[in-house]
Amino acid sequence: MPETAIQVRGLRKSYGAVSAVAGIDLSVCAGEVFALLGPNGAGKTTTVEILEGHRRRDAGEVVVLDADPELGTRGFRSRIGIVLQSTGLQPYLTVDEVIELFRGYYPNPLPLDEIVSLVGLEEKRHERVLRLSGGQQRRLDVAIGLAGNPELLFLDEPTTGFDPSARHVAWNMIRGLQSLGKTVFLTTHYMDEAQALADRVAIIVDGAIVAEGPPGTLGGRADAATRIRFHLPPGSSRPPIQLTAQTDGSVDIVTPDPTQTLYDLTSWALANGVSLLGLEVSKPSLEDVYLSLTRREIS
Amino acid sequence: MNVIGLTVRQVRYENKSFWRNPFSAFFTFAFPLMFLVIFNLLFGHDTYRGFGPKVSTSTFYTPAIVAFSVITACYTNIAMTVTIARDHGILKRLRGTPLPTWGYLAGRILHAILIAALLVVIVVAFGRVFYDVDIPTTTLPAFIVSLTVGAATFCALGVAVSGLIPNAEAAPAVVNASILPLLFISDIFIPLENAPKWLVTFSNIFPIKHFAHAILTAFNPFTKGAGFVVTDLVVMAVWCAGGLAMALRFFTWEPRMG
Repeated sequence: MPETAIQVRGLRKSYGAVSAVAGIDLSVCAGEVFALLGPNGAGKTTTVEILEGHRRRDAGEVVVLDADPELGTRGFRSRIGIVLQSTGLQPYLTVDEVIELFRGYYPNPLPLDEIVSLVGLEEKRHERVLRLSGGQQRRLDVAIGLAGNPELLFLDEPTTGFDPSARHVAWNMIRGLQSLGKTVFLTTHYMDEAQALADRVAIIVDGAIVAEGPPGTLGGRADAATRIRFHLPPGSSRPPIQLTAQTDGSVDIVTPDPTQTLYDLTSWALANGVSLLGLEVSKPSLEDVYLSLTRREIS
Repeated sequence: MNVIGLTVRQVRYENKSFWRNPFSAFFTFAFPLMFLVIFNLLFGHDTYRGFGPKVSTSTFYTPAIVAFSVITACYTNIAMTVTIARDHGILKRLRGTPLPTWGYLAGRILHAILIAALLVVIVVAFGRVFYDVDIPTTTLPAFIVSLTVGAATFCALGVAVSGLIPNAEAAPAVVNASILPLLFISDIFIPLENAPKWLVTFSNIFPIKHFAHAILTAFNPFTKGAGFVVTDLVVMAVWCAGGLAMALRFFTWEPRMG
């Protein structure tokens, strides 16, 4: 297995005058879960479909499992698994039959029973596809993606339209894949999904990568200033620290050194008999980072 | 996996899917028989001169409906199912696997030909039992060769036209509009005996008339010799080659946008 599963440099793709992917670089290591996070229309699906070999690129260098996906050789396709954004399955075949049909296309497929239990469809093995719920069909999609025991699995928005409990089931399934040592390339527009699953996240907006890194440090979260927020009771004096008033009447202190600042603030409050209402100390969440990045890029 | 193994496997799954849609399966078989019965009821007492000596129109309709069956099972069926599979993303999903293009198409086409063969047997048996038609003996090789060339032609044209149909909703309209008018002027539904000359010339361009004529000749109890009509077979082969070229040019795996 190669150390680097996916290597992309300067990837570009336009549809007519519309630039969908405007020169991106990506690198995904073998065994990693990588999430491409971005709003609808940001270029996620275009990117993942170029990596899968479904689309041709206009420019750039793309290497997936040491091959150019555009050539689409059978050898390449037998090493990847694809779960497309929209489902399309033979409606009159049963779950077992569909998985068997696809297993037959690969040189070294996973055992049928293992696939069925990985996606949690044990109860539905003899049910026809057209009688499955949306969530079950999506799991069957994943089952087909896994049929050939791929080294690299592409999941294009695997949980869009799921209710919260179905989503958690899907997440556990994806974590299961990671423990099998598979490389997973995931696209999503849910921040919590990227945070819950991915080793590394890249945020794509308008066809460009605006941030990349582990979810915990993305967009400089690890070094970002801490925010202390509270309400001052009416008529109280103000602490001798730089404050920013908020529209809801609360005040913020933004500080790179929360330990010292909190000590100063609470000493002042105790000495003056002031109670700090609704006191909270927080780091920016992935959501804050994501919203600030996407807002800036869109405006 | 070897070529034969892969193709047999595809055919098996196509076959399962086919029979599990009972309405579609039932009407695939009922439709030609329905036409055979209706046309015999309407025109059965007429006489048909195309065979030389005057014979009952019933003797005309059995081979005509045999030709119609092959056209439905190959052209109509393939054009519809391939378009629907493409539009529903089934083809795109297959494209992401190591299954080669020929593997999918071979399965699809071979299954259509099996259904066509079954239909031909049923229609001929029906004609024999209810309308007392003669089953070809000396012309049997010509009958089988004509059926084979016709099936190949209409399969190729079915794949080709699916490449021209924009989406699944448009499929029935396009398929019917492309085939129904030609069926009426090609000696299938009605013998074209008193038509204007230009219409006859026009209908001679298309493969349906030639297919019907080849089958009729092989079925005609008064045919002398082996019953091969070289012109008809050549015209069909040309359409088959054209269909193949168009299929290769226009076949796509992805749903059409817009």
